[in-house]
Amino acid sequence: MAALLEAEGLTAGYGQTAVLHGIDFAVEERGVSALLGANGAGKTTTLRAVSGMVRTGGALRLAGDRIDGLATEEIARRGVAHVPDGRGTFMELTVEENMRLGAYTRRDKAGVEADFERVFGYFPRLKQRFKQQAGTLSGGEQQMLAISRALVLRPRLLLLDEPSFGLAPLVVQEIFSIMRRIREEQGVSILLVEQNASLALDFADRAYLLETGRIVVSGPAADIRQDESIRRSYLGY
Amino acid sequence: MEGLPHQIVAGIATGGIYASVALALVMIYQATHHVNFAQGEMATFSTFIALSLIQAGFPYWIAFVLTVVISFALGVAIERLLMRPVQNAPVLTHVGVFIGLLLIVGNATGWVFGYTTKVFPSPFESEGLLFGGLVSGHELGSTVVTLAVLLLVYLFFRHTPLGLAMRAAAYNPVSSRLVGIRVGWMLALGWGLAAAVGAVAGMMVAPVVFLDPTMMLGILLYAFAGALLGGIDNPMGAVIGGFAVGVLENLAGAYVVGTELKLTVALAIIIGVLVVKPSGLFGRVVLSRV
Repeated sequence: MAALLEAEGLTAGYGQTAVLHGIDFAVEERGVSALLGANGAGKTTTLRAVSGMVRTGGALRLAGDRIDGLATEEIARRGVAHVPDGRGTFMELTVEENMRLGAYTRRDKAGVEADFERVFGYFPRLKQRFKQQAGTLSGGEQQMLAISRALVLRPRLLLLDEPSFGLAPLVVQEIFSIMRRIREEQGVSILLVEQNASLALDFADRAYLLETGRIVVSGPAADIRQDESIRRSYLGY
Repeated sequence: MEGLPHQIVAGIATGGIYASVALALVMIYQATHHVNFAQGEMATFSTFIALSLIQAGFPYWIAFVLTVVISFALGVAIERLLMRPVQNAPVLTHVGVFIGLLLIVGNATGWVFGYTTKVFPSPFESEGLLFGGLVSGHELGSTVVTLAVLLLVYLFFRHTPLGLAMRAAAYNPVSSRLVGIRVGWMLALGWGLAAAVGAVAGMMVAPVVFLDPTMMLGILLYAFAGALLGGIDNPMGAVIGGFAVGVLENLAGAYVVGTELKLTVALAIIIGVLVVKPSGLFGRVVLSRV
């Protein structure tokens, strides 16, 4: 398998403060890589670095092409859809408008409509709420909307920032089981950030453990899940 | 109270001008959260361009279209050259830039075109009074033009992907970038549209108030009153507010305070709204669950 996304010596920070101190990771074509770690380890910053939302150093390659240093909107136009922390909902707009914005860069009208239907297949509730103001959705529905908005961009790479955040366990399970379907049916590659390590390790092929801006453990998700010492010392379950 | 119907109709005609300028203010306010003090001065400058084109021999409507296009380009240029470098600067920097822009555009207008008051032609003047003296040709024509502009702007923002992207960029620039919207250009387009709408307002009001470099000063105040009355974050509300202020001002001028104190009405509205209902009549309260 070839790597769709490759980071080499990636550094990033805010102002004078460096958050990532040169990390290497990859997301395989049609694969899922998970970034794990405690609060403040640099997981969200890593996703922001991939999307060009923070100043970065080192190299980032998407399908072999350098994307570091590109503007966020140009990276999105290359097929990187980012579901940010806080979900990034356009609160003032309707569910429909939110989804139309997700497909903003696409010109194939028929394809977009077909993708809308496909997304409604995953999240029927969004269809019921299509004309509703997005700010009135529940947290779980907003997360579904955020994922849908990302999917209708027809991304090659999906960046998911803590999709379980602030949601009831049942809703989290629902979203992850749908994510599994999406992964199988859409053939999209995913870079997942998650606090809930057991959930993430079940979902991912590869995992990277971040500690204060450095990768301390990496490998196939199955191996990490079985390694009791890693689990105890880093993942706490 | 004789002539009341005419006073109301005349109020609607000027109200259309206020509504256009109010809409221009709201468009920039939504994107930047600041009021563009120079909006009126920019419109005056545009109107002088129109006058120059007409004097150079262009037919009125050709000059009209050219002026709208040139104003749009100037609006885009102002955003790119002046606003963009300070986009992440603190509020006071923006206020400073807006005041500087007000002074520069205002004085540039006088410097380039002269300070003397000029007569600006109306394409509807030849109609004279219509409907038994109820409305003059220019009042009717300018109202139709402003309503058409407002309708076009509404349709653009509601029903085109670009309009939606511009609204999204104003509400949530971060998420907009993540879906691939070039936010910087959306802001520039917003400035261009606001300048174009202001230019139409300037050309429609100039035959009534005569053209000089300070022509729009009072009008900007009325428009600001209208925008606040309707809700500065709600384009539709600002337009309704603009019309309401136009009618109110005309009636108050004719029957209550007299023409000398008309501008006071605008100031009273501004203060009244800010004290009683700061969000305006139609100011949207955005619901959000977390």
